[in-house]
Amino acid sequence: MPAYLDHAATTPLRPEAAAAVVAELSQAGNASSLHGAGRRARRAVEEARESLAEAVGAGASEVVWTSGGTESDNLAVKGLFWARRGADPRRRRVLASAVEHHAVLDAVAWLVDHEGAEVTWLPVDAAGRVEVAAVAAALAERPEEIALLTCMWANNEVGTLQPVRQVAELAHAAGVPVHTDAVQAVGHVPVDFTASGVDALSLSAHKFGGPVGAGALVLRRGLDLVALQHGGGHELGVRSGTLDVASARGAAVALAASVAELRPEAERLRDLREQLVAGLRAQVPGIAVRGDADPAGRLPGHAHVTVPDCEGDSLLYLLDARGVEVSTGSACQAGVPRPSHVLLAMGVEPEEARGALRFSLGRTSTAADVAAAVAAFGPAVERAQRARRSARARSARRAS
Amino acid sequence: MSRVLAAMSGGVGSGVAAARAVEAGHDVVGVHMALSRRPGSLRTGARGCCTLEDARDARRAADVLGIPFYVWDLSEEFVEDVVADFVAEYAAGRTPNPCVRCNERIKFAALLDRALALGFDAVCTGHYARLAPGADGAPRLQRARDAAKDQSYVLAVVAPAELEHALFPLGEAASKEEVRAEAQRRGLAVAAKPDSHDICFIPDGDTRGFLRRHLGEQPGEVVDTAGQVVGSHSGAYGFTVGQRKGLGVGRPAPDGRPRYVLSISPVERRVVVGAAEELRVGTLHGAEPVWGAPPPAGPAEVTAQVRAHGTPVPAVVERAGPGLLVRLREPLSGVAPGQTVVLYEGELVLAAATVTATGRG
Repeated sequence: MPAYLDHAATTPLRPEAAAAVVAELSQAGNASSLHGAGRRARRAVEEARESLAEAVGAGASEVVWTSGGTESDNLAVKGLFWARRGADPRRRRVLASAVEHHAVLDAVAWLVDHEGAEVTWLPVDAAGRVEVAAVAAALAERPEEIALLTCMWANNEVGTLQPVRQVAELAHAAGVPVHTDAVQAVGHVPVDFTASGVDALSLSAHKFGGPVGAGALVLRRGLDLVALQHGGGHELGVRSGTLDVASARGAAVALAASVAELRPEAERLRDLREQLVAGLRAQVPGIAVRGDADPAGRLPGHAHVTVPDCEGDSLLYLLDARGVEVSTGSACQAGVPRPSHVLLAMGVEPEEARGALRFSLGRTSTAADVAAAVAAFGPAVERAQRARRSARARSARRAS
Repeated sequence: MSRVLAAMSGGVGSGVAAARAVEAGHDVVGVHMALSRRPGSLRTGARGCCTLEDARDARRAADVLGIPFYVWDLSEEFVEDVVADFVAEYAAGRTPNPCVRCNERIKFAALLDRALALGFDAVCTGHYARLAPGADGAPRLQRARDAAKDQSYVLAVVAPAELEHALFPLGEAASKEEVRAEAQRRGLAVAAKPDSHDICFIPDGDTRGFLRRHLGEQPGEVVDTAGQVVGSHSGAYGFTVGQRKGLGVGRPAPDGRPRYVLSISPVERRVVVGAAEELRVGTLHGAEPVWGAPPPAGPAEVTAQVRAHGTPVPAVVERAGPGLLVRLREPLSGVAPGQTVVLYEGELVLAAATVTATGRG
């Protein structure tokens, strides 16, 4: 059995979620239908909605079911932009943290390219945390032109938690709505939508043991948002499309289970994560552990390291060949790694950023997985460094 | 069993080659080389090989074969060593073969180096060529069994030290049809994919337009062998020796016969045109030869080939300083500096070199 240490990519479906999905799939019923079958489905999806809302500290009417994190992010960023600009054409500025996931990053970039938006990237410190002072400064500049601010809850690569509540307070003082991509956070650290003060929050079920293809955008009551998808007017007209009751049930069951055991599970993962980091360091003393050094400032199961003089994708292959499944942490174009924008924003040199590896632990992770990863790490790094040296020598020969 | 890295372009050949390596009992890992910094999404007809769709085809083939698959970014090396070289060679009035450069500098250099460093024993490709044991134990490159598909020409620049780590499972294939049928039988979805043609980094096939974008307009004169100006052009790089069409020469030649590009002088931006017989070449000077076998002591009877699918002609080769001199027993037409000349002893590659100069007799 390979050691699966890529839970931030996706984590195995919880058995209770699988059971809920299967149970629902075996029944007929469109939640929009008025007959008995429809009513049953409607009841199931609304119970799931209530359960999910409760788990994230929101009201049931604030939950919009979506197909997952990417859709939620696009709906929030574009929908808020259009609604705000529609109300006041001066509002073209988007404030976004420099370390957002591509689902936010590229949605913002698209607005810049096609909708005349203007973006201000909010800088982060060396731990990858948004600098609150910079947020305040950006908000103070032409606040009447700001359409929205988007700042993730927890970074998907280095695991750093963001000061979402502080950011939301500042933004609201400037009259600016806030979206947070909480895809990596929900189910892993306490997330309370209402207490956080944000106006919109994205979540994705498969990151906490629910099915892939299910997610939600939590939207503050009364917030105006332009729909991206038109049709039958489902979800209060914000997101048309026949409700996926099975996925909704699976998501709700998975989140309820995750939240119920959140604290002890976070403790367990933190311990495993510390063992992992200590083991990796012992194998390769030269590694740099990225993200916040304070356990309270990061996701419990994330360990992000950069290994000097290595290509991350060489490491990925070498670890995979030894039965250890991890990620470089950054998005790929056709599987081609590029230096991570997150690491670059944190001030990591591009050369160092090449050797990035993300280990992410989850519900099924064990001490044996950690031991396997540690054992494979040293030899893998040695080989990857050899490959990098030989590539360097080649390019030096070429240059001479 | 050895650990084999199968270079998988997403085409039929490399997919079947990987399959044969698996079947031969090797421990195979598929790697698709990402060679473009900004890959297009979809293939357009039979051109190009580096789109996201090709990467997906390669991944799909690897999945069917049940082997791990990775995409390695070699775009930096490719852009510098192949694309920039291609542009620079044209700018210098020469005619390069980018596939030769890619084999020499990417597949059997950057890729092979990395593979060896990571613990692989060999790189497997879908080239149609064979490896025969040489007298000194080192492998010798040999033409493919199917002469029509033979690709030994573009591999001849790969030295024996690298060929020791090469695997060409398609070398014994009777035909492309056999390979396609095998792809079909193995359930590889790429079985019916068209062959790739042209230059992979010029997907629209417009080499002249590509060069114009890189080199800009460089207007100059077209002259005949007497020095008479017969036309003008917007860049000498848009011409290759032997070219007949698109010369931009308004008037017909005095004798009414077609005119061909005889030579290109990039510094003077001059393109010289003349009659077909003036294109005939009897001797070739080759630089930086790569020997596929120990070089002969004196003049040796060989056959010489100057294009990927050109007809080989009998010739005598001898060493000339660090380079070599090839006397053709039958003249060849339109050989341009920059082309690769490959010398064969029967079916075996003896040497490859870059043509630096040509002579009539």
